[in-house]
Amino acid sequence: MTPITPVHYMVLSAALFIIGVIGVMTRRNIIVILMSIELMLNAVNINLVAFSNLWQNAAGQVFVIFVICVAAAEAAVGLGIILAFYRNKETVNIDEMTLMRW
Amino acid sequence: MGQAIAFYTIAACILGFGVLVITAKNTVHSIMFLVVNFLFVAGLYVLLGAQFLAVIQVVVYAGGIVVLYLFVVMLVNLKRPPEAHQDRRRRGRLGVTCSLVVLAELVAIAAYKYVSPAAGLPPALPMGPDNVAQVGMLLYTDYLIPFELASMLLLVAMVGAIVLARRDL
Repeated sequence: MTPITPVHYMVLSAALFIIGVIGVMTRRNIIVILMSIELMLNAVNINLVAFSNLWQNAAGQVFVIFVICVAAAEAAVGLGIILAFYRNKETVNIDEMTLMRW
Repeated sequence: MGQAIAFYTIAACILGFGVLVITAKNTVHSIMFLVVNFLFVAGLYVLLGAQFLAVIQVVVYAGGIVVLYLFVVMLVNLKRPPEAHQDRRRRGRLGVTCSLVVLAELVAIAAYKYVSPAAGLPPALPMGPDNVAQVGMLLYTDYLIPFELASMLLLVAMVGAIVLARRDL
């Protein structure tokens, strides 16, 4: 069995990111779409930690803390928007969110 | 050998639960799969020697963000499934195909050129067993201003979320 190289982590990260992209593309429930975005942010974090481990430099882990911080802010604001929208339109289906579509 | 087994197990669980997150019909099930996915990512961080991040991952993601999602799913009481109405103009299959093409491209790039440590980048703080102290030292010296900015971002997001969720919006 070959040793685990950063390439393994990069492939895992790319696969998780693409799972998130497919979730955004195919699902219509906006809550699931926000969860897919969390999956993508997690994929980026795996990449950062893997390279932090490769270079033995803890700066990558500091970046991951910032990414988690931004993810928390994004989840709070995004879910607030969903609540406000649901209160007005009674739907969480993005195909019915055509308020600003031309 | 043990590390390889741990990596492949955790990677398979991460990808499997990731697929379950985006394929589950019930949104609550989807959130539960997301929790398990986050816990396995935390395990991967432990494998990579980032114990502090593993704890943060469990506390912030599996503890905080997921509870936020659950609250919203409970508040948004769906009388009909959101997948009922379908836009004819949506091209889901084309999107999946393009995503898989990008995945193949990314894997090809990763496999083509093995990334070796750059010669001109000495480790600023050599990582040892004391992971928390190193991350804390970096966070409060080199990255102090981004750290403070992150706290401001969280404050603004908190105020924004409260304003958005108010009833008389």
